[in-house]
Amino acid sequence: MGEELWMKIGWALLLGAMLVMIWPRARIMMQEGRKGSASEWKSALIPLLLVAGFVLLLITSV
Amino acid sequence: MNLNETAVARSPEAVLSTNKLIRNTYTLLSMTLIFSAVMAMASMAVKVGPMAHLLSSIGAIALLWLVLPRTANSAAGIGVVFAITGLLGFGLGPILNHYLAMSNGPQLIATAAGGTGVIFLALSGYALTTRKDFSFMGGFLMTGLIVVLVAMIANIFLAIPALSLAMSAVIVMIMSGFILYDTSRMVHDPYANYLMMTVSLFLNILNLFTSLLHLLGALSGSDD
Repeated sequence: MGEELWMKIGWALLLGAMLVMIWPRARIMMQEGRKGSASEWKSALIPLLLVAGFVLLLITSV
Repeated sequence: MNLNETAVARSPEAVLSTNKLIRNTYTLLSMTLIFSAVMAMASMAVKVGPMAHLLSSIGAIALLWLVLPRTANSAAGIGVVFAITGLLGFGLGPILNHYLAMSNGPQLIATAAGGTGVIFLALSGYALTTRKDFSFMGGFLMTGLIVVLVAMIANIFLAIPALSLAMSAVIVMIMSGFILYDTSRMVHDPYANYLMMTVSLFLNILNLFTSLLHLLGALSGSDD
């Protein structure tokens, strides 16, 4: 029980540190990043939807 | 300036430099994936505990943030990349042993590994052959990553299985997006460094694999 609690605290601290470290870069990317046009988003969403379909196929196959 | 004009305006030197970056990145990525798999098998063989996963992740993240940025332009950076990927591979051992204990564990791991390979090759191939610029996805992907990290921290203590499963599904989509984003960076970012690109793509693949394995294990596996 003791080790499990320390594991949870350790993972929470690690993920919290990751959050702190990526936040400055994420804020810049969110505020100053290039905005995509509708056609650009379409060209990205289609392969991502295909990935979602492929994952569903994998789930049903095992 | 539209994309076609950008392509026309690129000098032969820039094209050669991009091709070299792509070749170096994929060569190093292949080597680190093999090394990581060897380290995972080693940790599976010695049956390290879950604490090893946490400790190796802490070590890898520390190297990633504190050492790699200072060594990314030197030969020492290659050693750091192998250390990061080796530690992350070593941390996979307890997870893989957990799934191997299931009756259909080997099939789950093989399916997750094969699925990850297919997704990576398809998305990377798509980004490289179309040479589309996916830099516009950066803010969106980062927002998704932050939301997932916050939810993961909350779920460490809440321990809601459905939330954990939903996060794995979201991570699969976010990492797929990052594969498009990072691959297009190799083509369009003149300052891209092949060591940093290798680690980025490695992390995309690793997170994709572990999330896919979690989804397959939870929705298809049994603890028999």
